[in-house]
Amino acid sequence: MTDATATAIPHDAHGDVGVTAHHTPSDGHYVRVALFLAVATALEVILSYTALHGIALLVPLLVVMAIKFVIVASHFMHLRFDDKLLSKIFYTGLLLATGVYIAALSSLHVFAGK
Amino acid sequence: MRRLRSLTDIAAPSTTEAGIPVAVPDGESHGLSHATSTGISNEKLAMWCFLGSECLLFGGLISTYLLYKDKAVRGPKPHELYAIPFTSVSSFVLLMSSLTMVLAVSAIQRGDQRALRAWIATTALLGATFISGQVYEFSVFLKEGMGFTTNAASSAFFTLTGFHGVHVTIGIVMLLSVLVLSLRGRLPQERAEAVEIVGLYWHFVDVVWILIFTVVYLIK
Repeated sequence: MTDATATAIPHDAHGDVGVTAHHTPSDGHYVRVALFLAVATALEVILSYTALHGIALLVPLLVVMAIKFVIVASHFMHLRFDDKLLSKIFYTGLLLATGVYIAALSSLHVFAGK
Repeated sequence: MRRLRSLTDIAAPSTTEAGIPVAVPDGESHGLSHATSTGISNEKLAMWCFLGSECLLFGGLISTYLLYKDKAVRGPKPHELYAIPFTSVSSFVLLMSSLTMVLAVSAIQRGDQRALRAWIATTALLGATFISGQVYEFSVFLKEGMGFTTNAASSAFFTLTGFHGVHVTIGIVMLLSVLVLSLRGRLPQERAEAVEIVGLYWHFVDVVWILIFTVVYLIK
């Protein structure tokens, strides 16, 4: 039974008792993350100017894109430090969207012959 | 029995003599939040649910672009007109606005109102720079003969990037609202979560652009 007015023992994402606030990284940590993202973006642009084409270009670009996405969501959006429920909500929506649209595009032969 | 964590505990935790934190009934601490069964405030949970649903919206728009990008019966295709160096700079600007946003959240969490205002203003300025770049890009495309109704590819491109631009613009309005609230003294340290929620929205438009930049601009 849950009672909103009952004595509360705070718990963090790991179930630790007595923790009242989630871990917050330092400003220096955020700057380092931003620098990494800037370098990753530069790498993406450089890759797009190389002689690579087809799957040899597609795979590294998508990998770098996914890494950037996860890093922003984990560090800047605090998913790494917040309650795991928030990660589940967000990534469920994301995976659902990805699955639905890949299936839809495949049925329309968008990926055929590329 | 699962015990609860209230946001008021996070803002100003109360404890018993034995040192066990207790929930403060609504209105007795700062009157800012409600106890929830998840330990997450309703506002923050709502924003995350909204962002989860936004993934479906942008997923649909990106898929539509992929479906139509090579289907131009007349007029130029979008990828024939892209200026990658220019868009790369715009992407860098938006990426750095995420840094200034997270520094703003960090500032209010330690009660530094001056730093909060400076970082929020910088974030809004970077967002406005990104939007200016997008308006310039659209105007160049129009001059080159690619309008919204020129072909299916251009319609899909303008719809996708236009929707993203609208999201950034709404984000700028939210940032300016935060700035005004701070200047009026209505954003004390205890309301840091309000800034964090605005930050979540801002970071989301950034991660969406990470996808658009790669899928739309860089992948030929």
